[in-house]
Amino acid sequence: MTVYESVLHPTSIVEELKKNKFTHVVWLPDSETNFMYQLLTNEPDLDLVPVCREGETMAIAAGLWVGGKKPVVLIQNTGIFESGDSIRGLALDVHQPLVMLIGYRGWSRHGLTNDSAARFIEHILHAWGITYFLIETDDDADRISLAAEEADRTQKPVAVLVGSEFGA
Amino acid sequence: MINNTDAVRLLDSKRNGAVIVPTMNAGNVRMGLPSVSTHDELDFPLSGCMGKASSVGLGLALAHPERKIMVLDGDGSLLMNLGTMVTVSNKAPDNLIHFLFDNGIYAVTGGQPVPGAGQADWKLLAEGAGYAATFSFDNLEDLTTSIDQVLAAKGPVFVHLVVEPEIDNTPVQFRAPARRTVHTAIKKLPEAIGRG
Ligand SMILES: Cc1ncc(C[n+]2csc(CCOP(=O)(O)OP(=O)(O)O)c2C)c(N)n1
Repeated sequence: MTVYESVLHPTSIVEELKKNKFTHVVWLPDSETNFMYQLLTNEPDLDLVPVCREGETMAIAAGLWVGGKKPVVLIQNTGIFESGDSIRGLALDVHQPLVMLIGYRGWSRHGLTNDSAARFIEHILHAWGITYFLIETDDDADRISLAAEEADRTQKPVAVLVGSEFGA
Repeated sequence: MINNTDAVRLLDSKRNGAVIVPTMNAGNVRMGLPSVSTHDELDFPLSGCMGKASSVGLGLALAHPERKIMVLDGDGSLLMNLGTMVTVSNKAPDNLIHFLFDNGIYAVTGGQPVPGAGQADWKLLAEGAGYAATFSFDNLEDLTTSIDQVLAAKGPVFVHLVVEPEIDNTPVQFRAPARRTVHTAIKKLPEAIGRG
């Protein structure tokens, strides 16, 4: 029997970010994407912009984008709930082709989740008409490229939900 | 107290290629930057996303380190996004100048007092957050005398301006439409400033 390794390594995501020529990672840490922190801080091609509150991220990204850079946002699903007016005013309204990597806190494919952060997030994205992709393992990481293409094609924000099965 | 129009006229006259991101009264069509701007191809008026002017300014400043970025903020707006002062200080772009138009009120919504009006010490908040230089002015003469020094300081710079609590009583639907909006700026600014 073949045993497949079904984990997500930080290097797979960072490689995707580099492949897509992102320049800045605008972020607030969460436990789902914590595993990337060390790697990102050591990555010379990606400038890390830490924020105090997630609503800042889309606005900082808007400035970077208008300035000719290619930012990506990295926050938790709870942070999306914090960021409503920024997503409306500085992503959707202004047609910012922004890729948002979102830690999917509470996500489980093994049954019910009690975490409302997980239960509401897809509904919220649907309500805004924001297309999203799910990544859980290294095999899914290239969906970041799909998301970047979709953002460019539609000139809209696109979300990538990062499910929580991580490798070291 | 400083008159809003006097303040934006002075800043515009000293911009020297700076991108200006005005919001609220500082971006008002009758009394703000749009009423005096000599280089509106470099203006990025931010309406419709309260509190985020300094965040957009930070993004622009990081993308274009060679160019000065001036943010003209409102006090109610900055209170809504106070963490931005620490976010800005942490990245410390030396080309960003954050002006605060402190009129003590939410002028756009009719003039209700903001929390902490006349009590919160903005210069001290900015110092505490870690801005590289901070200034405070409550009259045009001092601002005029010092503006060259302010603009020469290594950023991020925070400039507290005590301005008149002017309320535009014209209902929004009867106001002169803005010639340049956030949408025009997003479309046209990249070609005016180039890729960072
Ligand atoms: C998130 C959000 N809450 C409330 C409002 C309503 N609102 C619009 S302008 C404004 C007042 C802005 O005050 P300030 O930043 O002090 O600028 P001023 O109007 O005094 O120039 C408010 C409360 C809004 N637009 N967005």
